[in-house]
Amino acid sequence: MSTASVANHDAAQEHEHHDNFVTKYIFSQDHKMIAKQYLVTGMFWALLGGFLSILFRLQLGFPEMDMSFLRPILGGWIDESGALDPTFYLALVTMHGTIMVFFVLTAGLSGTFSNFLIPLQIGARDMASGFMNMLSYWLFFLSGVIMFISLFLKTGPAAGGWVVYPPLSALEQAIPGSGLGMTLWLIAMTLFIASSLMGGINYITTVINLRTKGMSFSKLPLTIWAFFLTAVIGLLSFPVLFAAALLLVFDRSFGTSFYLSDIYIGGEALPNTGGSPVLYQHLFWFLGHPEVYIVLLPALGITSEVISTNSRKPIFGYKAMIISLLGITVLSFVVWAHHMFVSGLNPFLGSIFMFLTLIIAIPSAVKVFNYLTTLWRGNLIFTPAMLFSIGLVSFFISGGLTGIFLGNSAIDIQLHDTYFVVAHFHLVMGAASFFGMVAGIYHWFPKMFGRMMDAKLGYIHFWLTFVGVYLVFFPMHYIGIAGFPRRYYSWTNFEFANMYTDLNMFVSVAAIITFAAQFIFLFNFFYSMYRGRKATLNPWRSNTLEWTTPLHPGHGNWPGEIPTIYRWPYDYSKPGAEEDFIPQTVPLSATPESNLPHEQELVQAELDIMKEEEDVLVSNETIH
Amino acid sequence: MEKELKYVDMVDQPIAMHPKKFALWLFLVTIVMIFAGLTSAYIVRQSEGNWLEYDLPTIFWYTSGIVILSSIFLQYSYASAKKDNFTGLRAGLGLALLFGIAFLVGQWYSWVALVDANVFFVGNPSGSFLYVFTGLHAVHLISGVIFLIIVLISTFRYKVHSKSLDTLEMAITFWHFLAALWLYLFMFLLLNH
Repeated sequence: MSTASVANHDAAQEHEHHDNFVTKYIFSQDHKMIAKQYLVTGMFWALLGGFLSILFRLQLGFPEMDMSFLRPILGGWIDESGALDPTFYLALVTMHGTIMVFFVLTAGLSGTFSNFLIPLQIGARDMASGFMNMLSYWLFFLSGVIMFISLFLKTGPAAGGWVVYPPLSALEQAIPGSGLGMTLWLIAMTLFIASSLMGGINYITTVINLRTKGMSFSKLPLTIWAFFLTAVIGLLSFPVLFAAALLLVFDRSFGTSFYLSDIYIGGEALPNTGGSPVLYQHLFWFLGHPEVYIVLLPALGITSEVISTNSRKPIFGYKAMIISLLGITVLSFVVWAHHMFVSGLNPFLGSIFMFLTLIIAIPSAVKVFNYLTTLWRGNLIFTPAMLFSIGLVSFFISGGLTGIFLGNSAIDIQLHDTYFVVAHFHLVMGAASFFGMVAGIYHWFPKMFGRMMDAKLGYIHFWLTFVGVYLVFFPMHYIGIAGFPRRYYSWTNFEFANMYTDLNMFVSVAAIITFAAQFIFLFNFFYSMYRGRKATLNPWRSNTLEWTTPLHPGHGNWPGEIPTIYRWPYDYSKPGAEEDFIPQTVPLSATPESNLPHEQELVQAELDIMKEEEDVLVSNETIH
Repeated sequence: MEKELKYVDMVDQPIAMHPKKFALWLFLVTIVMIFAGLTSAYIVRQSEGNWLEYDLPTIFWYTSGIVILSSIFLQYSYASAKKDNFTGLRAGLGLALLFGIAFLVGQWYSWVALVDANVFFVGNPSGSFLYVFTGLHAVHLISGVIFLIIVLISTFRYKVHSKSLDTLEMAITFWHFLAALWLYLFMFLLLNH
């Protein structure tokens, strides 16, 4: 038994001091408030990142369009004739990528749900270090402020793509975006890395050290497994990004040559010799690929929970789910070079990375299979959260399939850096993770704010978004196979791409509709926060521990002692049981009618332990 | 009654590790990953050729000795703290601190020696890497020095004693780690030069 003693954390009484506005809402050290701060900040960034994508979609879908009406926002980036400035186009795609990957799907997703759910679902009073947790949020906030400021620079924000490959990003002369914008990008990312690491250290420490009595690793909800492994991945990969960024800073500002060699600008040779740009790619993708799973795993964890609850069935293959999560975690570190098949990588090395990449299909397929078999013959309840989770599974399949194509170096060399890749990762990582995040918001909104979100608006939001995402990204596969490269400002100049103008127009219109649909969600979110129907204590009739807290849990989460855990979190529709769910806090000895033979054997042991606990309680009280 | 008391003690004791110590270990993991990334980059870059060969400054041998001595003094202060020997505790901490600062000065002189040997920060990555390794390690060591100073001050307020060792233990873990990290870097450089 490796759980922390409950008696050790009698924090509830100690912490019941009165908070003022600043300590309650701004510099809060309570994990639930920090989670909400992450959520709202993440939503702000999602809106901004989405808006940037609409801007470049306008350019791609309607290249002849007069964009003068955007001048109040974009100012000088719209030229005399009403066309978008090509260098700003590059900045737009760069910032869209950076914002979405790091600020929305890393901080917004992990930050929100790891913070909110880890203490609530494992039965802890708070995170291991509330102060570090607060610091983590505020470093993220500061990082966001710096990134936001960079949008308004005269030379524009960073424009070398979200991967910021040198030499483009290392030389100020290369493009306007490689000037101050790039410097601010690096500063913001350094702060972001520090913030992620602090968050991650806290998540891991909390999960390992502060679980309540009975909450063994084999009884953890899959959400916690996913958040835990996400934090482990982040802990191992973000420092390497820091190393890469550090060397880039030295190249940019101090004149070293880690990544630069034999470069001529305007016919003149730069003094840098001996550097290797591919070195940066190795370092970057050593983070960059695990980052995909940092983004995806929390969404998969949330989906496991939501699908099981709303199918009223135990998750199919609980152990297989954990093993596949572990498999993905390990494999995520040994596949990074599949992003570099066209970098001049040794083809033999390419085959090894191709092989390792294809192995990831196995744990991923296990997860998909288990989602589908959980749904199979379940008593499905289509809450908005459930719909979004099923949507995630759909995107994970359709986007995952193209991953198998791209993992093969022979095909990747053809498709590399085309819209096929854009379609692939937006489905499998972008849309899937986004859907997981939205599913999580719909599902845990009652716990966060004590009120329900409106389900009808949720359905409208779901269908518009689900259909919209497919309409946006499916056509991109064709455009990509036709050979159109990513990050190009315009393609009407190329004969081969001309015929795809309509398709692009279609994609852009679909993107605008999908983006507009998110405002339904925003309205629903903020309206329900104040005017939504009052939630019951356990609105989804779920098993996990967070639903045993009061409607508005205070600091410390449980008013009395933290409940003890007696069973795994997926006892739904257990044959013989009165209800179709048995919360984790119900002892096996209380449910003799539904116990399985091996559980019946555990009952006696459980009773013994409970008796011992009582003795301790009695002796404790006689002492104090 | 005595039997029951014992039982309560057992329950009071957390079975898991002290959360802050655990968090410190995780922090050390991140530092390991930074240097693992950098040293791997070194190897990858070295294998591509165009690599400046030069002799490592001999002062590294001395600074390595200094950092080991510093760790030994700190270990002595820990042993003293366990016995509530406050003079030994403060002396050990103070000496460890002094040797830590001496190490930093020594590392600075290694840079001076490098410049004298015409190996500069700006130039062939072979030299630049050495500056980054030593510099980044020194930055971490400075944070260790600050940590030790904080612990030293708290010893004068009698906050470190045989019943309250957590902070000191964390400082010692961090300090030993930094010493080991330097020895790793030095060994790495000796082997890959």
